[in-house]
Amino acid sequence: MEFSDLIRTGRAQAKLLRGPEAPPLRGTLCLTGHHLLLSPGPQATSELWLLLLRSVDSIEKRVASDSGTITLRCKDLRVLQLEIEGVEASLDIARSIEALSSLESVITSFPFFYRPKGLRLGDAWHFHPPERYYKRVARETNAWRLSEVNEDFSVCPSYPRAVIVPRSVDDGALARSARFRQGGRFPVLSYHHAPSGTVLVRSSQPLTGPQKRRCAEDEELLRAVLAGARPGARGFIVDTRSSQAAKQARMTGGGTEAKTAYPGWKRLHRPLERGQPLQESFVRLVEACGDPQQSTDSWLRRLEGCCWLAHVKEALSTACLAAQGMEREGACILVHGAEGTDSTLLVTSLAQLILDPLSRTMAGFQELVEREWIQAGHPFQLRCAHSAFSHARPKHEAPTFLLFLDCVWQLGRQFPLSLEFGEGLLLALFEHAYASPFGTFLCNSEKERCLCEVRTRTHSLWSGLNQPKEQRKLRNPLYAPNPLAIWPSVELQSLRLWQGLFLRWIRPPEPSEVAWEKVWQIVTDKEKTKLSQPTVSASEPQL
Amino acid sequence: MEHIRTPKVENVRLVDRISSKKAALGTLYLTATHVIFVENAPDTRKETWILHSQISTIEKQATAATGCPLLIRCKNFQLLQLIIPQERDCHDVYISLIRLARPVKYEELYCFSFNPKLDKEEREQGWMLIDLSEEYKRMGLPNNFWQLSDVNRDYRVCDSYPTELYVPKSATAHIIVGSSKFRSRRRFPALSYYYRDNHASICRSSQPLSGFSARCLEDEQMLQAIRKANPGSDFIYVVDTRPKLNAMANRAAGKGYENEDNYSNIKFQFIGIENIHVMRNSLQKMLEVCELKSPSMSDFLWGLENSGWLRHIKAIMDAGIFIAKAVSEEGVSVLVHCSDGWDRTAQVCSVASLLLDPHYRTLKGFMVLIEKDWISFGHKFNHRYGNLDGDPKEISPVIDQFIECVWQLMEQFPCAFEFNERFLIHIQHHIYSCQFGNFLCNSQKERQELKIQERTYSLWAHLWKNRADYMNPLFRDDHSQTRGTLRLPTTPCNFLYKFWSGMYNRFEKGLQPRQSVTDYLMAVKEETQQLEEEREALEERLEKIQKVQLNHTKVKAKQSEPSKHSGFSTSDNSTANTPQDYSGNMKSFPSRSPSQGDEDSALILTQDNLKSSDPDLSANSDQESGVEDLSCRSPSGGECAPSEDSGKDRDSDEAVFLTA
Repeated sequence: MEFSDLIRTGRAQAKLLRGPEAPPLRGTLCLTGHHLLLSPGPQATSELWLLLLRSVDSIEKRVASDSGTITLRCKDLRVLQLEIEGVEASLDIARSIEALSSLESVITSFPFFYRPKGLRLGDAWHFHPPERYYKRVARETNAWRLSEVNEDFSVCPSYPRAVIVPRSVDDGALARSARFRQGGRFPVLSYHHAPSGTVLVRSSQPLTGPQKRRCAEDEELLRAVLAGARPGARGFIVDTRSSQAAKQARMTGGGTEAKTAYPGWKRLHRPLERGQPLQESFVRLVEACGDPQQSTDSWLRRLEGCCWLAHVKEALSTACLAAQGMEREGACILVHGAEGTDSTLLVTSLAQLILDPLSRTMAGFQELVEREWIQAGHPFQLRCAHSAFSHARPKHEAPTFLLFLDCVWQLGRQFPLSLEFGEGLLLALFEHAYASPFGTFLCNSEKERCLCEVRTRTHSLWSGLNQPKEQRKLRNPLYAPNPLAIWPSVELQSLRLWQGLFLRWIRPPEPSEVAWEKVWQIVTDKEKTKLSQPTVSASEPQL
Repeated sequence: MEHIRTPKVENVRLVDRISSKKAALGTLYLTATHVIFVENAPDTRKETWILHSQISTIEKQATAATGCPLLIRCKNFQLLQLIIPQERDCHDVYISLIRLARPVKYEELYCFSFNPKLDKEEREQGWMLIDLSEEYKRMGLPNNFWQLSDVNRDYRVCDSYPTELYVPKSATAHIIVGSSKFRSRRRFPALSYYYRDNHASICRSSQPLSGFSARCLEDEQMLQAIRKANPGSDFIYVVDTRPKLNAMANRAAGKGYENEDNYSNIKFQFIGIENIHVMRNSLQKMLEVCELKSPSMSDFLWGLENSGWLRHIKAIMDAGIFIAKAVSEEGVSVLVHCSDGWDRTAQVCSVASLLLDPHYRTLKGFMVLIEKDWISFGHKFNHRYGNLDGDPKEISPVIDQFIECVWQLMEQFPCAFEFNERFLIHIQHHIYSCQFGNFLCNSQKERQELKIQERTYSLWAHLWKNRADYMNPLFRDDHSQTRGTLRLPTTPCNFLYKFWSGMYNRFEKGLQPRQSVTDYLMAVKEETQQLEEEREALEERLEKIQKVQLNHTKVKAKQSEPSKHSGFSTSDNSTANTPQDYSGNMKSFPSRSPSQGDEDSALILTQDNLKSSDPDLSANSDQESGVEDLSCRSPSGGECAPSEDSGKDRDSDEAVFLTA
């Protein structure tokens, strides 16, 4: 298929409106296979304006007598309006955008064509393999090993090639445990908490089914987890579904661990919202944010009605519970829901952020996202196919990753000095997860990424972000390493709407930009003064 | 003190509201001025001090097996839940506090016994810090259009106005007196703010006594004079800040609002801000939401909406924005009134002034603004904040709302204010504390009769002395955005109004951000300054050395000294490091007793202390939190909080405490 088949009209004269605060742009509109461009007239001073078509979430067209208006709602929640000369041209362009923005093929997507200056293909893809994290674990304990049982993705299609498992369990047992877990996601190490010697483990639900099946190897695996921590250690299974839902899952072949089969483990149910209801919550929140005419009261009513903050609270408190279990109770924690690719990862990654000072650094957080979301098999392509504006019926879309970013933002608000990265990085991750010129968030699993040769044919987002010119936008100037756990408050008064994301294109951005400029100035002033301290001779004569 | 039935009760438990499992055992003391709770725990001996004047309500709850619960709610939003073992003791404490919390004479108030050990001269200087006649001069007055009037000398015309007032030059004494007779409580139109860039002004008054048809020639001339004082415009706005229905109802009582037909060249406008009774109930409802035990997110947001509090805040802001726009953009003068012109009028005039004039967004300017629009123009502090026992229907959080408006603006414009949130919180605290004389009584006249300035101290001097604690490190007076009039977004943005947890939950430390950006940045700034000073000193020395020993200077890289100040960044971690109860009601970790958990946290605390530069820090702030939220500390990290009154007056308190 050629992109040109889908482009009915390549260019037209147009005016672009970018919200109430920004001035409109006029010029020639061009449509390419991956982009919408607006090049201002030759005498204009402004630069070329560019939009990745993939980031268009929904499109709306209206025509007048000799022109048309296209409203583009983007996945990063921006709303753009194009006024195009000529009815025919505007309809053609609208149809072309619609077709090009919803292409499903991965290998024809823009990351496979994107060749930015200054970056080399293949760079940074080696940044965060599981092997690297295993090295750290191996320094802290020898109860675990790196297994390549999934080398060809045959045991678990959504796991990476290498996973960290108890040393005492052999690959054969792992494979059998995998057959007892949905999607083959047998329990693997997520995080080792060195101070307490406990571990965070994740998996999918066991396939107990209505007959309450058991699996000796699976039981052995979890026994080995406890034994690896310390003799007599206890464990908690944090099931992210209600006990009702977990019981019901038995009817469809799933279920949850039976008490008697797993001595030492105790089950806790902390239901977290997922899937379609979560997507709807996101859609309703964005809708409420986009309606400036409402009164203060109806705004609060809609904020309440969409339940987004309630989901933030639940996610954070479940993560805190898991972290508390490890740090305070000295217990091992296994987290799973049903598939183990959504709320499970939400809980394990947040718990690490709370406990692990390293994961709060710039590099550590990127590693966490890579390890606990991308390589752990969160199906980004399915979950982030559409954002909050799409009219299409949601199928697999769910803003789980956005919920994670929101929780991280809440942590950063409560501990403004403890994260090395700032809101800028979280916003960038949100944008790139939904539409990106980089390959990092492509596909649903490592297996798919290997098939598409993502690592060799696209650039990694991390190498893009870690360029020096990007740093100021992404870093937190207030960062001061904090070696302790950061326990957030999950009380309602302590949680806030993430205005920087949900109102990013609605509220005027300047006041906060001016404030950050000042923060940077204060911090760099200090650095400069420190550096400019004069050097004094050691053999200083007595005066 | 004859009202104290029992000065001391032992084995009292102070319940932690967030995690009700935790309770501190200690001793409760009643003194002439404070309720004090001292914890038994030998290593901390944490003290909680509550001024009697801060007590809003005392509630004795049904006796339980553990003892008799006593709930003390404070005007600064502190909530104290005590459990007293003996019913009889509880009753005695209850009866004593009921009396102590409701003084009947001004002389019983704390400011008359409070002695910060300043001599007479210092006290007088303190009172002179804020000078309103200077302020009018700063506005550019008197000038060709406005003059100082002595018509209210000795409070002859209006007893709730100050004696010195600015009025239009063309308004003769005859006009003023005539107009005053046509206005509620004789509060005639007088200048609140003059915008020298375009001669437009904000004037204030009370409602006219127009009834259904009454007119007053002098009042009409008065408004005409205000219009004439602004040559740039041929009309003035008259803003009635009440809902139209309320204003109409007043007509039946012979009061009401201006009839556009009778006054030439006015544009009349209603801006519906609700009355003090609605506001009192609204705050009450919001505080009930804050007190809910483990509510759901939906309960909380629904309750917040239902209280209407943020809607009321927005109404006040909208009125202020309307006036600021009329003055700065249209160049039109505005006359503002409500009923008596001392509540909503004060709110709206001061919000508008704050938006218009960057001076009011500085530390000193903000004190001036409160002095001008609130204190001098007879806002009834005593009635509104219940300093003396009085009619509960008069109580209403009028100035609290203004203070919150300022905070909402600070959130939207982080660089526009010289002061920080703590400054607002401490002012709110002292409006109720009666520790300083500034906010006593209902009018300037009463304060003069009481000889407040000779017998009490000024809060402004106290705040000014400790101004380092109140600075906003992000303040940028150089930026185009923060100079001149603050420009609010053109589209209405309701989501910009947020629940102010820093005020209404400020005693629940666990709910607040655990690290303070303000303190951190102030510390960085201070460190930078010190480094600079060090550098200058070193450079000077270097120069001398070079002179002495030109040839022998072997320059060797010297590592910058290990910073003495670097401890500040982790110093707040002691609070950061205790997890709250995340398990809800579920007994998730049943095998461990709570005391074991506490052991853990104690262990962590000591570890933390080793790292922190100031091990007493958490204890310090907690100790003082009883009297005031004193998280403010010297950012350099060494010394303990220099700031709060309670710290300094501890001696005098101690004395009372011993004799009690």
